[in-house]
Amino acid sequence: MTLARETLIDLWTRMIRIRRFEDRVAIIAANNEADGFLHTYSGQEAVAVGVLPLLNDGDAFTSTYRNHGHAIARNIPLDGLAGEVYGKANGVCRGKGGSMHVADQDFGMIGGMGIVAGGLPIATGAAYGYKYLGKDNVSAAFFGDGAVHQGAWHESLDFAALFQCPVIFVCENNLYAESTYIEYHLNAESISAMAAPYGIPAVQIDGMDVFAVRDAMEEAIERGRSGGGPSLIEAMTYRYGGQYEGDNQLYKPAKEVTWWREQDPLLRFRETVDGIIDAAELDAIDEQVQAEVTVAFDVAIAAPWPDVSELTTDVYAPLA
Amino acid sequence: MTRTLNIKDALNEALRQEMEVDSRIVLMGEDIAGGAGRDDVNPEGTDCWGGVFGVTKDLLGQFGRERVVDTAIAETGFVGAAIGASLVGMRPVVEIMFADFIGTSYDQLLNHAAKLRYMYGGKVSVPIVVRTVTGAGFRAGAEHSQTLYSLYTHVPGLKVVAPSTARDAKGLMLSAIRDPNPVIFMEHKRLYLLDDDVPEEPYTIPFGVARIAREGSDVTIVGVQKMVHTALDAAKVLAEQGIEAEVIDPRTYSPLDEDTILGSVEKTGRLVIVDESHPRCSLPTDISALVADKGFASLRSPIKMVTGPHTPIPFSPPLEDAFIPDPDQIVAAVKSQFEYATT
Ligand SMILES: Cc1ncc(C[n+]2csc(CCOP(=O)(O)OP(=O)(O)O)c2C)c(N)n1
Ligand SMILES: [Mg+2]
Repeated sequence: MTLARETLIDLWTRMIRIRRFEDRVAIIAANNEADGFLHTYSGQEAVAVGVLPLLNDGDAFTSTYRNHGHAIARNIPLDGLAGEVYGKANGVCRGKGGSMHVADQDFGMIGGMGIVAGGLPIATGAAYGYKYLGKDNVSAAFFGDGAVHQGAWHESLDFAALFQCPVIFVCENNLYAESTYIEYHLNAESISAMAAPYGIPAVQIDGMDVFAVRDAMEEAIERGRSGGGPSLIEAMTYRYGGQYEGDNQLYKPAKEVTWWREQDPLLRFRETVDGIIDAAELDAIDEQVQAEVTVAFDVAIAAPWPDVSELTTDVYAPLA
Repeated sequence: MTRTLNIKDALNEALRQEMEVDSRIVLMGEDIAGGAGRDDVNPEGTDCWGGVFGVTKDLLGQFGRERVVDTAIAETGFVGAAIGASLVGMRPVVEIMFADFIGTSYDQLLNHAAKLRYMYGGKVSVPIVVRTVTGAGFRAGAEHSQTLYSLYTHVPGLKVVAPSTARDAKGLMLSAIRDPNPVIFMEHKRLYLLDDDVPEEPYTIPFGVARIAREGSDVTIVGVQKMVHTALDAAKVLAEQGIEAEVIDPRTYSPLDEDTILGSVEKTGRLVIVDESHPRCSLPTDISALVADKGFASLRSPIKMVTGPHTPIPFSPPLEDAFIPDPDQIVAAVKSQFEYATT
């Protein structure tokens, strides 16, 4: 293990923070304590945490409706995220977006897009902007396996390749697009193979292994910052929850669920750092994170609703 | 024989009954069957989604994957494919899961489905139905709550249907499938569970014929889809104050039943139009222009529009509630008409 101990602790903290936050979201959904569609990220933690800590200040990324993990991996404060789950005034988007549309540009998070593949052209444009402006920043776009069928997906890869934009397309291939299985919806051999016709370097990696994700991202970032253009990473992963909370998931075979649970990214992390970091230390962080999550939701529950006057604000930016 | 059915089940029944007698019909969309590629887990198809709102539930079991087709997430692809299939004799009924996703397939509807017949001198027709889901109030945020009625109604060549009751939903769906033109069939997500008496046998309701949901002599309130019910609630309050409102549900926006609206305004002299959509370039502005043009002489006070504001739809529950017109706003609009004094 070449990573510093401090880095390892940081990766663990971010991953366990995501898991504990989503544990709470699942309870909230089961108890009908918040309104709306809630899309949890549990199972996919290694992807967000393999990718996002590597972005520098000034870099940017787009996310989807399944964005809590991305926000947390970027260290967006949990109370603001919890506020957005409820639509409270303390939410990162003042409750106006909701948990499908979390964004905080101060952390490089352009936004959570509710339209499948909606983020890819936007992240590509950010990369185009960096290049034009002479900055050595990169952008990333997260998307699911279902997104590759959208015109926006293909047009983004095409644009990025044509103008050699420093964008990293990060596919979280969790085998399902809603209730539709990947072997049904994907005709290509893999999603990484779909980048080849566009001349975009791509890798398919183990998305349950945060270190594998991190290695792939480092290489892609290096390519982007050094003028080598776009990259695509296909991280093989699994979502433990439904498409949204409340989905009965009857389309998943029990054996498959068991197999992926054995690949759990938190478990895998523990195995890799065995002998380097004490299990008790990881457990202590877990406990501390659970306390953080409790506080964050307490804050959000106590927070006021946005004032009704906010209904009509923020539609247009004021003239400079 | 009638029984009580909600809108979701009435639509399901309409699709099933017509599929039973017309093998040219296929349903296409995302997860409208559900569990595609996983028939090993659920071989009978009984526990599959049947669409996010369950409108097409159990049709898979009866008709199989050949006729209840789960597509990839490729709206341009499958809407365009429906157009092409219709040109060679099929009757596709496709689902755009939320009306907000219009953008991802709009070109095929706007520039192709709507125009082929006209551009090609009347030689072809495009008998497709595009089912889609409208409406706020589901806490679904800005990208899953819009109605966008006017984006379709604006386009010549498309027919636009938006039922507010289960009886209408079934009859209009059967008309939509049998219509030789592209029909946009809008289903309000907050109305799916609304019950009504629905005849068991197949029946059609013609397009361009409004339904008078309540008769009254003092003011005409035109409700757009879910707002028909909000208008009826307002009418009850108004009745307690001695004002009898006539509530009209146009049911189809293209074609629009102008005569029923004009006839009602001729009787009442007052018009309020209620729509949860944004106010600009909308059905209310369209209907206002109609009445200002052809019914001006009947008007005894200014036309009032009660609509959502010119903002996206917020997630936050109290903000979303404030977005959607309520009966109080309608009552206030009607009262202002009665207080209006010509000078
Ligand atoms: C253009 C568009 N079509 C359909 C939907 C509805 N929808 C939301 S999520 C989803 C499945 C996406 O699957 P995938 O890309 O694999 O992402 P995952 O949810 O697995 O992370 C669909 C069809 C949408 N949001 N946008
Ligand atoms: Mg997926």
